[in-house]
Amino acid sequence: MAEALLEIKDLKTYFHTENGVVPSVDGVSFSLKKGETIAIVGESGSGKSVTSLSIMGLIGSPGKIEGGEVLFEGQDLTTMSKRNMRKLRGNDIAMIFQEPLTSLNPLFTVGNQISESIRLHQKASKEEAKIKSIEMLKKVGIPRAEKVYSSYPHLLSGGMRQRVMIAMALSCNPKLLIADEPTTALDVTIQAQILQLMKNLTNENDTSIMLITHDLGVVAEMVDTVIVMYAGQVVEYTDVFTLFKEPKHPYTKGLLDSTPKIHELKDELQSIEGTVPAPGTITQGCKFQTRCTRATAKCFVEEPELKELSSNHKVRCWLHEQEEVAI
Amino acid sequence: MGKFLIRRLLQIIPVLFIISFVVFCLVFVAGDPVALMLPEDASPEDIEQLRESLGLNEPFHIQYFTYMLGLFQLDFGESFRYGQSALPIVLERLPATLELAAASMIVAIVIAIPLGIWSATKKNSPLDLLATGGSVLWKAMPNFWLGIMLILLFSVTLGWFPVSGRGNFSHLVLPALTLGTGIAAEMTRLIRSSMLEILNQDYIRTAKSKGIRDFYVVNKHAFRNALIPVVTITALQTSTVVGGTLITETVFSWPGLGQLLIQAVNTRDMAIVQASVFIIAFFVILMNLLADIIYKLLDPRIKY
Repeated sequence: MAEALLEIKDLKTYFHTENGVVPSVDGVSFSLKKGETIAIVGESGSGKSVTSLSIMGLIGSPGKIEGGEVLFEGQDLTTMSKRNMRKLRGNDIAMIFQEPLTSLNPLFTVGNQISESIRLHQKASKEEAKIKSIEMLKKVGIPRAEKVYSSYPHLLSGGMRQRVMIAMALSCNPKLLIADEPTTALDVTIQAQILQLMKNLTNENDTSIMLITHDLGVVAEMVDTVIVMYAGQVVEYTDVFTLFKEPKHPYTKGLLDSTPKIHELKDELQSIEGTVPAPGTITQGCKFQTRCTRATAKCFVEEPELKELSSNHKVRCWLHEQEEVAI
Repeated sequence: MGKFLIRRLLQIIPVLFIISFVVFCLVFVAGDPVALMLPEDASPEDIEQLRESLGLNEPFHIQYFTYMLGLFQLDFGESFRYGQSALPIVLERLPATLELAAASMIVAIVIAIPLGIWSATKKNSPLDLLATGGSVLWKAMPNFWLGIMLILLFSVTLGWFPVSGRGNFSHLVLPALTLGTGIAAEMTRLIRSSMLEILNQDYIRTAKSKGIRDFYVVNKHAFRNALIPVVTITALQTSTVVGGTLITETVFSWPGLGQLLIQAVNTRDMAIVQASVFIIAFFVILMNLLADIIYKLLDPRIKY
């Protein structure tokens, strides 16, 4: 096994609001190897995006990383100088965002925005950056790349803009690509194309991907390892096959049950009752207690630890502690 | 762009028509200038005779027709006070006003752009509070009062600048500061709030994620976007600036259009009033046209 490219240890990102401290990410740990694709899955408000922005060092006020380490190739990004962090950002770690429609600056041409990174990180001249940008646009499957290079984002469709974002993110051959729900805003037919494109391009350079999504279909298609997050915590952490075959956490099971399956046509889709509690509202016991169908008295009092069931399967639930005791 | 310009210029014509009509009506209802032109003991016959000779006895539509006929030849009639054609008198005053307005805009821009950007990027810092608080205070200060205070301090007490009048650069400093800082106060708040909105946009996050220095993120990616509403609102405020020049010119005895207009209103010198208002309106329209052009240059999404 290769050494970890990214290692997150007990990351805590809190938001200091007028109503007190809100722990958006509360002690998250995981690691990512070179060339590996990992998915962070969870509902809105589970802390997925805050985790990725914390890695990028883009948490703005009132949010703050309160504890833990983000080790990228052994260097802790949380204590790195702003200047060094900027050198890393866009070069070694790149990011693609959820909304291609608003993620590109409307006043600058596509070419200007792609070559900006290339010129900055690779010290390329204007002409070199242009050649490289057009090459990237061709790579992401944009027809008439030269023309698109000098057009403005509003002239492109959502799918095209997301391709431009991918071209921009991969233009400096990053070691890690963070994709925050890259296909959520796109048509279903385009989604598969974009995912395939990301996979092909990152395979070329052995780029690791951290994919943030709530779409388990996407997970099954392209991921090696899955982290299920709930209310700022990791609740289940395993490889993709185990996750679909033997989900252990009631929340993971709920997520899987609420995914439509073509061979089990039902009239109504299952859902997990309720919504993710606002961060900081549950102070005692398991964070999932309010929505769990199998909650016991213990779940309301004591908070479970993330427990290792086997070498590649961790879960945060009292049910499995008890199972083990029973065995 | 060429077509757009021609179309936009043609649009000015009907607007000018409407303005000329409104100006005429205002003057028509403003009252009879004859009473002011003759000595108090003038006989009713004398008054009647003067009214007759000025065409003031004619009905509304005949007077309007005569007025429009003159207007097409750029003739606003003769000034009662100066005894000569009104337009050349007005045009003679124009450069002084343009000089003051331009100097004030430069003062405003030089203060407001850095201050607005800086207070948005350092939101809620003591310096931001000082800037926003200061701009409210500044905006609340009437122009004439600020002008008088500046004269008292810098001209009377310190003797650095002349008290009034127009001449070399030193004459321009105080009036330009009076008018310019007032505009700057408004503009600073505008740029600040516009910047704050833009700095929260997704594409700013994208720019940051590329590792671009904060300085470029703010000044390249954010500022140009923030400028769009600022340009629009500033252009719409040209009329406020014109109002400001009227007052500032009077305070500093600046021999511009504003001073002339106020004198003309006081003496009911209607030809001068009509010509001045017409020229001012023309410049306000021109400024709005300029804003539209800048708007188009800034934002590629704009289609006309």
